[in-house]
Amino acid sequence: MLQEIPTSYCYLLSAIVFVIGAVGAITRKNAIVIFMSIELMLNAVNLVFISSGNAFASLDGSVFVFFVMTVAAVEAAVGLAIFVMLFRLKGTVNADEVNLLKG
Amino acid sequence: MMGAIGFKLIVFLVAALVVIVSSLLMTTRKNPIHSALWMIVTFFAMAVIYLLLNAQFIAVAQVMVYAGAIMMLILFVIMMVSLDNGAQNEQKKFPVNFAKKAAGALVVTVLLLELMFGALFYQMTAKVGSYPAEAVSSLGNAKTIGTLLYGQYLFPFEIASVLLLVGIIGAVVLSRKSK
Amino acid sequence: MADYIWLIPLFPAIGFIVNGFFGSRMSKDAVSWIACLAVFLSFLTSVAIFIQFLQMPAEARVFEINIYNWIASGELSIPLGFRIDALSIVMSLTVSGVAFLIHVYSIGYMAHDPGIKRFFIELNLFVFMMLILVTGNSLLMMFVGWEGVGLCSYLLIGFWYQKDSASDAGKKAFIVNRIGDFGFLLGIFLLFLSLGAQGVWTLNFGEIQKNAHLLNGNLAYIITFLFFVGAAGKSAQIPLYVWLPDAMEGPTPVSSLIHAATMVTAGVYMIARLNFLYSMAPDTMLIVAIIGVLTAFFAATIGFAQYDIKKVLAYSTISQLGYMFVAVGVGAYSAGIFHLMTHAFFKGLLFLGAGSIMHAMSGELDMRKMGGLRKKIPVTYWTFFIACLAIAGIPGFSGFFSKDEILWKAFSSPHGHILIWLLAALTAGMTAFYMFRLFFGVFYGDCRAPEDIKHHIHESPQVMTVPLMILAFLAIAGGYVGIPHLLGGTNLFDQFLAPVLGGGVHAEAASTGFGLVSSAWASGAEAAGEASLEMTLMIASVVTALIGIFIAYLLYVSNTKLPGKFTAAFPNLFKVVNNKYYVDELYDFVFVRGILKAGALLLKVVDIGIIEGIVNGSGSLMQWAGGLLRKFETGFVQQYAFGMILGAIVVVGYIVFAPLF
Repeated sequence: MLQEIPTSYCYLLSAIVFVIGAVGAITRKNAIVIFMSIELMLNAVNLVFISSGNAFASLDGSVFVFFVMTVAAVEAAVGLAIFVMLFRLKGTVNADEVNLLKG
Repeated sequence: MMGAIGFKLIVFLVAALVVIVSSLLMTTRKNPIHSALWMIVTFFAMAVIYLLLNAQFIAVAQVMVYAGAIMMLILFVIMMVSLDNGAQNEQKKFPVNFAKKAAGALVVTVLLLELMFGALFYQMTAKVGSYPAEAVSSLGNAKTIGTLLYGQYLFPFEIASVLLLVGIIGAVVLSRKSK
Repeated sequence: MADYIWLIPLFPAIGFIVNGFFGSRMSKDAVSWIACLAVFLSFLTSVAIFIQFLQMPAEARVFEINIYNWIASGELSIPLGFRIDALSIVMSLTVSGVAFLIHVYSIGYMAHDPGIKRFFIELNLFVFMMLILVTGNSLLMMFVGWEGVGLCSYLLIGFWYQKDSASDAGKKAFIVNRIGDFGFLLGIFLLFLSLGAQGVWTLNFGEIQKNAHLLNGNLAYIITFLFFVGAAGKSAQIPLYVWLPDAMEGPTPVSSLIHAATMVTAGVYMIARLNFLYSMAPDTMLIVAIIGVLTAFFAATIGFAQYDIKKVLAYSTISQLGYMFVAVGVGAYSAGIFHLMTHAFFKGLLFLGAGSIMHAMSGELDMRKMGGLRKKIPVTYWTFFIACLAIAGIPGFSGFFSKDEILWKAFSSPHGHILIWLLAALTAGMTAFYMFRLFFGVFYGDCRAPEDIKHHIHESPQVMTVPLMILAFLAIAGGYVGIPHLLGGTNLFDQFLAPVLGGGVHAEAASTGFGLVSSAWASGAEAAGEASLEMTLMIASVVTALIGIFIAYLLYVSNTKLPGKFTAAFPNLFKVVNNKYYVDELYDFVFVRGILKAGALLLKVVDIGIIEGIVNGSGSLMQWAGGLLRKFETGFVQQYAFGMILGAIVVVGYIVFAPLF
């Protein structure tokens, strides 16, 4: 019988990946890379859900991840469309160039 | 010795290592195309981990949706948007001096430590559900999830579809060139 | 008929409203005649009620009627009500009668003035308010009338408002009156609260009279003193007389009606109305009498050195009002009202005569530019002469009877004092002097007027001279209702007013007040009833008056150079008296400038510093706080994300570490 993977290891991995994603979101200037870091954070959370579902013999985790993925897909579509528009407007997708909300 | 550690565990450890390394590489590459490619590697490794956690359906969905559709979208947009391998897009407006870097590192470290502490020592108090892994695998993971989606979680499912519709329309509308 | 007492004030009110709303569409004549008719109807109603009174026994001569429940609040009930008793019918007859004559006179006097319609509207309003004052049945009604006549006085003094001096004079009158009104109001409040503390919540005169014994002595002193402050303001006594000379800026009929015959007598009426309170406070009565006699003397001295004929008459009014206050101050209330009535006749006549003189002299007011008018304006001359004789107190004329009664009572009443009598008698002589100085100066000697005015001198039209003649008749005959017992009469006036005013002096123990003078000087009960003493005093006052007239004759008819020499010999004295002892300047320096400075200080410190500081300060505080917060809004999305991470640290920290504690 194959042993189950201890849940705490999964959580630990998730924590590390989440922090990596957060750092990337704050540090990088290219908007697309920021977006990818955010997707990374979402994935870390997905991992938590799946491992919790596995630990408690429940499929709720999977169902939730299903919905998270749906939303992530929509977010990707719309967000990238916005990046395209931004590029048309400003000629760049550098996050430092976009401070129209200043004040 | 090997058997005592467990096959699954080894695969898990390798996959986890791949995830960490590739995500690190992803967030540090200058060229956004390289970042995207490393992202794909990360997603595949995550899918492997999902398989190890008895979430076969999600693993496949991960590969199809994330590593497939989303990353492809991202790659297209990168190619549309990046003019010179991304160097121009990485210019910082304000130079970051050492103090700011140190503060940032401190904050991030605090977050990491907190999350790790929680991950390792937090007591989960959920009830044990009624879908043990063997029973689910015998029936089929996708089938069971499908039953759930169309049964107990029908309403969120429908809403999700509406959301997708809205997203499609929004994306099309947003990216039209104004006449 | 007495049920219709509310008609008395109603007629002028209707006149006011009709003229006020429709006057612009009516002709000048229509407005004038409506105004005169309104006052005449008021007078007729008063006469009718008076006749009805005469047919009733003395005790029954009180009618009260409440029209409308004006204030009904808890225990307090103050209706809109009127009261007619002997006192108010006398006042009402005087007011409406003299007012009617002056209205008729004004038709002629104001004929060429463009604002004549406004004049009659305001004059009618004044008569309405004055009648409310005298017929009101409670302190509040009287106060309504009090304030109303103050308002009309302001409007009419400043009638020619384009002239700065006129509008300033109106303001001065109103403001000085206000100081008096403050005292009056405080008196009303204190009276109301004191009676209320005993369970009686009322301001009705009858009720107050019934319950006056509930007040203890000290309260009575304070209340009556406060009321006297109000009277001093309205009736121009020291120190609040300063507005009356300035009020001569108004048209002469106004000076005649308001500042001679009626409004300024409101203070005397008020004290007479509240005589039962004053009788409980002998100390206040002493103050009233002292201030009255000092005012009389003081104003007479100023009258010596004035050249403006209306100013002389104004100071004469202040002086005569002082006499009335002496009367009520020594307890001779009916004597005071008697003098009020005769004064209305002869002073009203004097002012109307002055108006007639001004009309003849094309508006000239300065005595030095007149002279020798005797032959040219005969009617004015004779009526003025009669009025001067009346005010001097020559026997046979009304002023003699009323002034003499005051002098006698000042000497003999338990509240009186020989010093008061002495000063009053001296003032009587002075009155005779300066009035005849005016008379001789205007009508005798050579005409000192410039040529163009001299040619225009003409007698006034009949609409002006007939009221003069009627008033002259009253100035003679009006005194005969009060012939004292000494000369064989029965003093009908005193008897008529006795139910209200208590038959004159109250036989209480004389208090000479503050222990200032030893009782050896008090001329109390021993003197009363001594007929020969009374006759002696009467002769003494007549002789003083004749001496005054004789000196005036000497100085202004026979040897006209003498006054000039006198002025040259004492230039500084003359200058001080001519400038009214610089009282106005003193008030300006102390009070007006003080208040202006205080106001400026308050403006700087409180208004600009504190209040605007708070308002502007809160604004700038918000701006500063906003500026601080604005630093968070950099527009850089990654900094917002960093903020979110900080928040996440806090939340996660709470979730993870909280169960451990």
